[in-house]
Amino acid sequence: MSERTIGTERPASRAAGRRGVAGWVDVRGRRLGGWAFILNRVAGLGVLFYLYLHLVVLSQLAVGAAAWNSLLKNWFLNPVFLALDVVLLAGLLVHGLNGIRLALVGFGLVVDRQKALLLALTVIGGIVLVIGVLMLLVHGG
Amino acid sequence: MSDTTTFRVHRYKQGDATSHHDRFEVPIGPRTTVLDALTAIRRTQDPSLTLRHSCFHASCGTCGMKVNDREVLACVTNVRELASSEVVVEPLDNAPVVSDLVVDMGPFYARFNAVGRPLVRESELVPGSCPAPGIPHSMRYEDCIECGICVSACPIAGTDPAYLAPAALAAADRVREEPRGGDVPFVMRLADDSHGAWRCHLAFECSEACPSNVEPAVHIAQLRRSLIGRRWRRPSAEPVGARR
Repeated sequence: MSERTIGTERPASRAAGRRGVAGWVDVRGRRLGGWAFILNRVAGLGVLFYLYLHLVVLSQLAVGAAAWNSLLKNWFLNPVFLALDVVLLAGLLVHGLNGIRLALVGFGLVVDRQKALLLALTVIGGIVLVIGVLMLLVHGG
Repeated sequence: MSDTTTFRVHRYKQGDATSHHDRFEVPIGPRTTVLDALTAIRRTQDPSLTLRHSCFHASCGTCGMKVNDREVLACVTNVRELASSEVVVEPLDNAPVVSDLVVDMGPFYARFNAVGRPLVRESELVPGSCPAPGIPHSMRYEDCIECGICVSACPIAGTDPAYLAPAALAAADRVREEPRGGDVPFVMRLADDSHGAWRCHLAFECSEACPSNVEPAVHIAQLRRSLIGRRWRRPSAEPVGARR
């Protein structure tokens, strides 16, 4: 005997067609390339957000040396911000290194090795990230 | 020895405001496939359950659906190998749902047919085959079984209704590789579009999901390389994305 689940899980509008943008970040059932696709978008948006944040922060230079030095001392050497630097570095590595893969494969190169390339770039990115974290720990405090 | 598995099956009928899932308990044996279970549900529990199927051996491509969030052919998906206490069965994504697990394949076929790829390959014979007397050699069909699984798995097909999508683009590349009387310039123009080969974002989900080893993503990349080559050789050609 069947038992009906309570609630609805797919609105009629979705029954009429496509997953939409939600499908870009839906991790269910994703494989390696799909995860790279998602991470690339998330990292891209994060880096874009950082770009604007960076411009806002740089605008403090126009206020004067004291304002800038105060910002550095009180905010950017704070451990929370150093942790955010790690997130930023990770985002740049994900987007940059995966971008190299996408550029190569997108032009029809190393297509049959794209998964190995992704794994190799992931390893390289991981190593660079670890070095970056160590440098932040040594020089950031 | 058989046991019972819970199936949570997507339900939707024309006119319904929303869809829902129904639960069914189905006896499962060691070789029971998802398609076996679904037809058993229809036979013994709910005759209103609708699904597409035909050959039961991964040749017709009609039983493409999502099982536990992944696109599969239900006829060759063993329930026990899913190792799941509850099996969630849903229709393919990126196609209009007609009823329960049935999607409208019309838009898929329309794109596919536009490419006009012949069905029989000319480059590959069946290795080691022994043709019957009087037959010079064995031939085989194209790999694509037109199941629509690649389109469902593609994240871009979910946001661009005009996207030619993986199956049709792979077919286009096959026409490029082996024209067999096909209209190659037309097919390349079809692919050389912002909704064609250039729309792909290389998630490779289509190739991973394809049950027939078509490798649509590889074909799309090959198409791009070919399109770039043609443009390089003919710099006066129209800009990318300007034609349709």
